[in-house]
Amino acid sequence: MADLRINLAGIKSPNPFWLASAPPTNSGYQVQRAFEAGWGGAVWKTLGDPILNVTSRFAAIHFNGRRVAGFNNIELITDRPLDVNLKEIYETKKKFPNHAVIASLMVEPKQEKWHEIVKRVEDVGVDGLELNFGCPHGMAERGMGSASGQVPALVEKQTYWVKEVAKTPVIVKLTPNITDITATAEAAANGGADAISMINTINSLMGVDLDTWNTIPHVAGKGAHGGYCGPAVKPIALNMVAECARHPNINVPISGIGGISNWQDAVEFMLMGATGVQVCTAAMHHGFRIVEDMIEGLDHYLDSKGIAAVSDIIGKSVPKYSDWGDLDLNYNIVARINTEVCINCNKCHIACEDTSHQCIERLTDGSGKSYLKVREEDCVGCNLCSIVCPVEGAIDMIEVPRELAPMTWNERQAALNAAVECQADVTK
Amino acid sequence: MTIKKIPRISLTHLETNFQEVDRGLTNQEALEEANRCLYCYDAPCIKACPTGIDIPTFIKKIASGNLLGSAKTIMSANPVGASCARVCPTEELCEGACVLNHSTKPIMIGNLQRFATDWAIHNDKTLFEPGERNGKTIAVIGGGPAGLSAARELARLGYDVTIFEAAEQAGGLNTYGIVSFRLPQKISFWEVSQVKKLNVKIRTNTVVGGDISIQELLDSFDRIVLAAGMAHVPNLGIPGEDLSGVYDAIEFVKATKSGQVSEDFVGKRVVVIGAGNTAIDGATCSVRLGAENVKILYRRTQEEMTAYDFEYEFAKQDGVEFRWLTAPKRIIGDEDGRVTGIECLKMQLGEPEADGRRRPIAIPGSEYVIPVDVVIKAIGQTRHLELIEQLGLEHDSGVVKVNQETLQTSNPRIYACGDVIFGKGKGEAMVVTAAQQGKNAAHAIHRQFSTVGTAH
Repeated sequence: MADLRINLAGIKSPNPFWLASAPPTNSGYQVQRAFEAGWGGAVWKTLGDPILNVTSRFAAIHFNGRRVAGFNNIELITDRPLDVNLKEIYETKKKFPNHAVIASLMVEPKQEKWHEIVKRVEDVGVDGLELNFGCPHGMAERGMGSASGQVPALVEKQTYWVKEVAKTPVIVKLTPNITDITATAEAAANGGADAISMINTINSLMGVDLDTWNTIPHVAGKGAHGGYCGPAVKPIALNMVAECARHPNINVPISGIGGISNWQDAVEFMLMGATGVQVCTAAMHHGFRIVEDMIEGLDHYLDSKGIAAVSDIIGKSVPKYSDWGDLDLNYNIVARINTEVCINCNKCHIACEDTSHQCIERLTDGSGKSYLKVREEDCVGCNLCSIVCPVEGAIDMIEVPRELAPMTWNERQAALNAAVECQADVTK
Repeated sequence: MTIKKIPRISLTHLETNFQEVDRGLTNQEALEEANRCLYCYDAPCIKACPTGIDIPTFIKKIASGNLLGSAKTIMSANPVGASCARVCPTEELCEGACVLNHSTKPIMIGNLQRFATDWAIHNDKTLFEPGERNGKTIAVIGGGPAGLSAARELARLGYDVTIFEAAEQAGGLNTYGIVSFRLPQKISFWEVSQVKKLNVKIRTNTVVGGDISIQELLDSFDRIVLAAGMAHVPNLGIPGEDLSGVYDAIEFVKATKSGQVSEDFVGKRVVVIGAGNTAIDGATCSVRLGAENVKILYRRTQEEMTAYDFEYEFAKQDGVEFRWLTAPKRIIGDEDGRVTGIECLKMQLGEPEADGRRRPIAIPGSEYVIPVDVVIKAIGQTRHLELIEQLGLEHDSGVVKVNQETLQTSNPRIYACGDVIFGKGKGEAMVVTAAQQGKNAAHAIHRQFSTVGTAH
C-alpha cells in the first residue's frame, strides 16, 4: 500500500482526491457523504453574498451515444446564507478532522469585503481558502469571478488583500478564459498565493435545440453562456497545469482541475506538476462512490511501479514538456500494421489517403486475401492511422534508426545564424 | 442478440402465435448499436450484400438521426429492403462479413436495417419519385421480390411499367410465402405501395396466358420482364397424396398469412416432408396452430439440410422433432379418406450426386408407421413450365436460360429474373438475390435502350 497522503502548501489530506467547489459540495450533508465515500478533501461551494439562481442550469454534450463527454452550467455561487454554510463547515470539520475542508470565496473586489469573509470562515476551522477568480458566468457580470481573474493586476491585488489577514494557506483558482494563464498564475504568486488551482470552467454554449431554436439550456426561451467542464476539457486543463508547472516564475504548488474522471487522469495531472486534483463532473455523473476506484487504482499503479508515495510522482513529466523549438527534428517514427491483428476495416487507409500522406496501400496476397501495408519511406509518423484504428495492437508506431544526430529547430537556427555571422566575418 | 420470443404458444388465441416474434430494436438500442459500427471504408458487408446496400452509410445515418436518409439508402439499393431486414440470412451475408467478427462481435445489421425501414413505414414516408417518362412500356410478369424490384428501378428510370400478378395481392413470397411471425404482410404491402407510388400499375388476379394472352403482352409492351417465381409443391409420388389432411406447404403457409387462423390443427399430430426453409415454416406454423406434435421427416441428414441454421434452431425451440434418414413410402387413410398415418422407410447415404449431396438409399425392410393426422409436403417447388413454353423461351427443365450478364432470355425482348432463373441444386433461393436480379434486369433494359436510342 503506497502512501497516498498529500500536502498542498500545508493543507494535508489522506489522498489527492478532492471534490471541487461546485454543486457536489453545496452542503454539509453532501461533503460528509463524500468523506464517508473516501474523498480526501472538499472545496466548499463558493461562499459570498447568497445569490438567486435560475432554472434550468446544466447541460451536457453526448458523443456517439456516450453520455456527458462535456458538461456546462449556469449555476452561481452558494444560494444559502453564510451562517448556515459556516455552521455546517464547522460540524463537518469536527466529524472529519483529518480530511481537508477548503472554503471557496468570492466577494466584490474590495479589501474590506475580503478581510471580513476570510476572518469569518477561518473562525470555523477551515484548512485553507480558495479564491474563486474563475467562474465565467453570472458573477463575472457583477465584476467578480473571471472578471477579476482575467486581469492580472486584480488577481494580484485581491490575493494580497486576502494574505493580509489569512492564517491558513491561500489557493488562487484561475480562469482558463484568458490568452495566457501563466500571466494570472504569476500575478497570484506575486500577490502571495500559497498555491494555485486550475482550471475553472470554459465559456461555452452547449447547443441549440433544432426544433425550438432555443439555446441549451434555456431559461424561459433565453440563454446565456455557461462554464464548460468534464472529460472534453481535460487536455486544455492539462496543458495549463503543465505550462504553469514549467514556468520559472511560478513556484507554488498546483491543484489540478479539469475533466479528471479516474485515477489515470489524476496520475497524468500529478506527473505534469499537480500536487493533488479536484473532481466535479465525474462525481456529478456517477456519484461519490467513484472515488473508491480512484484510490485503489492509484494505489495499485504506484505499487506496480514500486513507488512508495504518491508525492514522489509530482512533476516528474514536467521536464519532458517544452517548446516546439526544442523538439528533435531528426527523430523518426513510422506506422507498422500487424496483419494478424488487423481486421481490415480500412479506416487507416482512407484517413491517410484523404487527409494525411497517402502511404497506406491496400494489397492482396497470393491467396487473394486483402491486407494493408505502410509505405514506410513516405510515412511521416503522424499517428493518424493508429488513432483511427479500432483494434488494440493492430498498428504500432515504430522508431526507425536515425540517420542524423539529434538537432532541434532552435539548435538548427542557432547554427545557421552562427554560420551567417561567420560568413559575415569572412567578408569583412 | 437473443431472439425475443413470445413466451409460449397459446391454444386459445391462435392468432397471437402469428404476431412477429422479434420486436425489433428500441431507439436506444438502435442508437447504441449504430454508434458501435466502425464505418469501415470499402466495407466487406457491402460486398457481402447481394444488393450492395451501403451499410456503413445507412448505419451512420441512424446514428446521426437521419432516419429518412437511412431508409432511402437501404431501399434505393434494395426495393424489398424492409422484408430483407427480417428474412435475410444475415449471418451468412452482411453480418458474417462484418470486420468486428475478428475483434468483438458483429454489428446487428439486419436489426438496424429493420429499425430504419420500420421508421419509414410507421411515418408513412414516400422514398422515391418516378423518373421523367421516356415513353417506353414494360410488362413485368409476377409481382414478387424480383418483379417489384425490376418495376421499381424501371419506374425511377422513366418507364411506364405494368405488373401482372396472378394472386390477389402483389408481394409474392414476401406477402404469402414467409410466415407472419417472421414477416408480417403489412411490411410487404408497404414495399408494394412504394412501387405503386412510382405510377407502376399492378394488375392483380391476372394470370398471364389466361386472363391476358402472351400475344397481347408482346404486342402492347416494348419489353417484358419474366419474374413469375415458382409454382406449387410437387407430388411426392407415393400412394395416399389425395387424402384429406395432406397439404402443400406453400398453400399451407399462405393460408396462415391472411390473418384468419384455422383451428383445425389444434391437438393434431403433424409430419412435414422435407428440410428446407419452407419445411421449417410448415412445421413452426403447425406448432402455432396448436398441433400437439410436429415432426420433420428428411431422407438425408442434418448435414444436407438446406434450411438456414437459425431456422433450424428456431424450429427446435418451437419443439419441432427431426427424423433424419427417413423417407415417406405411403400415406395411410381411414375409410372416410382422412390421414391416419404415414409409412416410412429408413435410409442410408450412398455416393454423392451431381449436386455434391450424397444420394439417400432405402434400407430394405425398414418400413414402419408413424400415426399422424396431417402431412405437409415441402419438397421444393415446381416451375411455371406452361408459361415459359407459351412465351417460347429456352429453358432447362423449367429453369429459364438467360445471358448471365444481361438476364436476356432466348427472346431478346424478354428478360428474366428471380426464381424462374434459379438453377437446381444451388441451395435456397434468397429474396435478396431476386431483388438484385430485378435491378439488374431493369438496368440491362435501360442500357439497351440508351445505346440503341429510340429504336425498338
